[in-house]
Amino acid sequence: MSQLIEKPPASGGEPGAPQRPAPAVRRRRRSPFAYILIAPAVIMELLIHIIPMVLGVWIAFLGLSQLNIRNWLRAPFVGFDNFVAGLDPNGPIGGEFLASFGRTLVFTVVVLAIVWVLGIMAAVLLHSSFRGNGFLRTFFLIPYALPSYVATIAWAFMFSQRDGAINKILVDDLGILDERPFWLLGGNAFWVTVIVTAWQMWPFAFLMLLAALQNIPKDVYEAAAIDGASLWKQFLLITLPMIRPANGVLLLVMSLWIFNQFNVPFVLFGAAPPESAKLISPLIYQHSFSNWNFGLGGAMSVLLLILLFIASVIYVRMVLPKGKDID
Amino acid sequence: MIETPGFRWFRRIGLTFLFLLVALPLYVVVVTSFKPLSDVRGLFTWVPSTVTFEPYLEIWQTVPLGHYFKNSLIVTTLATIFSVIIAIMAAYAVARLNFRGQRSFSLVVLSTQMFPGILFLLPLFLIFTQIQRTVGLQLNGSYTGLVITYLTFTLPFAIWMLAGYFASIPRELEEAAMIDGTSRAGAFIRVVIPVAKPGIIAVAVYSFITAWGEVLFASVLTNNDTRTLAIGLQAYANQTDVYWNQLMAASVVVSLPVLIGFMMVQRHLVAGLSAGSVK
Amino acid sequence: MKAPVKALSTLAVLGLGMTSLAACGSGSGEATSGDTLTYWASNQGTTVEDDRKVLEESLARFTEETGTEVELEVIPWTDLYNRILTAVSSGEGPDVLNIGNTWATTLQETGAFLPFEGDALEAVGGQDRFIQSSWSTGGAEGEAPTSIPLYGLSYSLYYNTEMFAAAGIEAPPETWDEFVETAKKLTIDTDGDGEIDQWGVSLAGSSISNNAHQAFVRGLQAGGSLFDENGEPTFASDEQVAGVKQWVDLMAVDKVVSPSNAEFTGGSQMVEDFAAGNAAMFFDQAPAKTLNARGFENFAAAPVPLTDPAATGDEATMSHVAGINLSVFNETDNEEGALKLAAHLTSDEEQVYLNKAFTSLPVLSAAYEDEAFQSEEITLKQGILENNAKPMPLISQEGQMETLVGTAIKNLFAQAATGTVTEDDIRTALEDANSQMAAAQ
Repeated sequence: MSQLIEKPPASGGEPGAPQRPAPAVRRRRRSPFAYILIAPAVIMELLIHIIPMVLGVWIAFLGLSQLNIRNWLRAPFVGFDNFVAGLDPNGPIGGEFLASFGRTLVFTVVVLAIVWVLGIMAAVLLHSSFRGNGFLRTFFLIPYALPSYVATIAWAFMFSQRDGAINKILVDDLGILDERPFWLLGGNAFWVTVIVTAWQMWPFAFLMLLAALQNIPKDVYEAAAIDGASLWKQFLLITLPMIRPANGVLLLVMSLWIFNQFNVPFVLFGAAPPESAKLISPLIYQHSFSNWNFGLGGAMSVLLLILLFIASVIYVRMVLPKGKDID
Repeated sequence: MIETPGFRWFRRIGLTFLFLLVALPLYVVVVTSFKPLSDVRGLFTWVPSTVTFEPYLEIWQTVPLGHYFKNSLIVTTLATIFSVIIAIMAAYAVARLNFRGQRSFSLVVLSTQMFPGILFLLPLFLIFTQIQRTVGLQLNGSYTGLVITYLTFTLPFAIWMLAGYFASIPRELEEAAMIDGTSRAGAFIRVVIPVAKPGIIAVAVYSFITAWGEVLFASVLTNNDTRTLAIGLQAYANQTDVYWNQLMAASVVVSLPVLIGFMMVQRHLVAGLSAGSVK
Repeated sequence: MKAPVKALSTLAVLGLGMTSLAACGSGSGEATSGDTLTYWASNQGTTVEDDRKVLEESLARFTEETGTEVELEVIPWTDLYNRILTAVSSGEGPDVLNIGNTWATTLQETGAFLPFEGDALEAVGGQDRFIQSSWSTGGAEGEAPTSIPLYGLSYSLYYNTEMFAAAGIEAPPETWDEFVETAKKLTIDTDGDGEIDQWGVSLAGSSISNNAHQAFVRGLQAGGSLFDENGEPTFASDEQVAGVKQWVDLMAVDKVVSPSNAEFTGGSQMVEDFAAGNAAMFFDQAPAKTLNARGFENFAAAPVPLTDPAATGDEATMSHVAGINLSVFNETDNEEGALKLAAHLTSDEEQVYLNKAFTSLPVLSAAYEDEAFQSEEITLKQGILENNAKPMPLISQEGQMETLVGTAIKNLFAQAATGTVTEDDIRTALEDANSQMAAAQ
């Protein structure tokens, strides 16, 4: 992505990044070849993203429900009613939407932190060489390759209060707890959603961070070691700064994936999750496809879109300072 | 890096923890899939009372799993092929060529990458129904409809990753070929694409895995004929019983193709991802 | 050197072409014309495949009589609602389909289904053939129903006869107080290890629909209702709170339900608990088949206990009118055939055959004359369905109501499992649900 941001079209003929020697042949003119290449993608982007988004905004202004879904083109225009309902913090629907939005933000931060810590730990440890390294590298990627619903079903099975493996370990085998806690109910449901999501996602962080580590030249570490820097110091002063660009991209992409999480809460709890685990995507799904209040679901989607867009622009500007061309 | 004893201990403990974290659910799934139904009704046990292969035979009768398997395979493969082909072309143009609207295009790809699927589900659903009403082309519940919706999340990521990857390939490679008289397109096909193989594999694997595990679109846009595994697996739990052993056996069966495929190409992944994202 | 460019553009065109090619991939579910009808059936038996076998036999008889072929699709519950949405919004649906009877009013409002009046009503033999409580679920009050009953169900109390005998209890409880007393007697530590291993009652604390049904029934028994006569939600009225309190108290105060039940998401876990001897009583609609399949026979059914044994009318409600209805899609090309199929499936003979196979209740009084429906359990359940059952509120947001009320109670059980639940907690939870409901209307 950094490439997409950092290389505006105007710089196409400018010398490339410092590590790349200036190209011998340059193409300043706009080639027809580019249009052929880009055409399918542009058509698809229009079909699957642009048109649906425009339509989505329009739906948000309609009173679209079971009364008129048969002929939704003639659904009544209700102005900002849906937005008012969706955003009013004192109304029950708006209150729930805003609470869910806040909860999803917390969820994102918590999962991201866990995922990153596990990922960097695995990457650093497996970057060193020892026996069994290759096996673990492959093994650690399994949660990522496993279909998301399979992993979620497995965890739901394990978190069962009376019969599940987790309580068997904690209560019967290790004796850490006396009482069998409920994991899928109340406040714990949030943590279950966190754990299941993080479990599926951390290998991706591991993979990306390992790739980034491999790009760091070995001699930098050697020089630091000669200067007497401890491993921890080396990690802080060399590793972290060197992987910073990769990290920025990784954190952005992962936080968006986590924020948009639908599979895990939906497979764990179905259409009516416990309060603590009601994330934004399942909430919109519930309004649209369980309650058939499509206008409200649409308005919530548009609000989400705007918020996400603002968040992303801020983030891109902060983390990728060179991304000045984003605007 | 010079290893200290402290680091070795940290490594042992850290990797053991991570190993257990990954292994535990996998063990539970596999061991449950070999248990008789009476075993899975009560408290979880680490070892089955008897090891039985019956769940693996029964899964095909309880639910038309083979049919769902075929559907998942068709939809996922098509979505992967289309997103990879379209993305290769677009990413090269973005990374190397110069065209009008390049910046807007990049911005669209970048921003659609971050929007949740729920944003597109309802509008696409309504567009599909409208097409069906006016033209008679059935998209809701068809493979085509599902493939199109899967492109909403596979395509932006694929373009984005590959653009990064192409940019990391030294320009001299194709320029040398072009000096030799090859056209830009020829250089692209004969020189750049082969070199970009790891990146392309990484993107294809990502698309395949994500589409194989997709639940949201499939929950609304499939019917009896096109139901995918993600939705079909729910049928092992019905009003009267939850066939946990069969559900787990089916989980193993539906995971194996992605796992095997993933293992086969995973060594390309690190290379593909590192060049693609780190630049 | 233009060749690669050409190759690429061909590739691009090919790519797009393939997309439309794949459109031919599938095409079931269209309303078919002429001599074929499409029928969407809900999943009634243990597996979709079982249902198919049962229904194909009945449909074969229809084809023999009328010469019309029927294309059958059995749809799992998790899919049915979304499939109906797709059919309604695209206009491409089956000719005849099953719906959960609580969806009837919502679906009626879409205008996508044929009203049963005039000739259509006559085609299915008129309203009087049907059990009137079941018939009343067909749509909003005062409007021609757009669905007719197909399978009937009602709640009753199931109890373990051995446990009752062991505790010296001779007859099942008739009032709610007796029920709680009985449950307390049956909540015991059988092996003397200091922990209760036999509970009085089993329930599905995380099941949205079960909780909503109980809130409805217990609320009516307490003299309340979920909606007033103007259609405004009254979830948090004193009576309604009292009714829900009875239900939640089983776990929270009376301690006759194992806290682990708070996590049960479906009836199957509750039945399993009962069959495993962990609980002595439970409320359910049709568990006999599952219990028999487990080889469990020491059970009997009894009426649902009433708060006031002398109650009549709404306060004598024991169950909602449960069941499956049948609708005809408006855009069918073969209305006559579709109505004939509806008549066939609700004919005396087929009602006997189908309800026997699915262990549900016929929706025609006449069908009970068959010997298959003479057992004590069936007679009891028929009586409840005919005399002590009321339809869930006939409003368009019925599903949303169930979600809100059911989730509120689910959360209360979650709280009860690990702590205490006061009357104020119950009132607050129901008030929240009430304001959400009012905002949605």
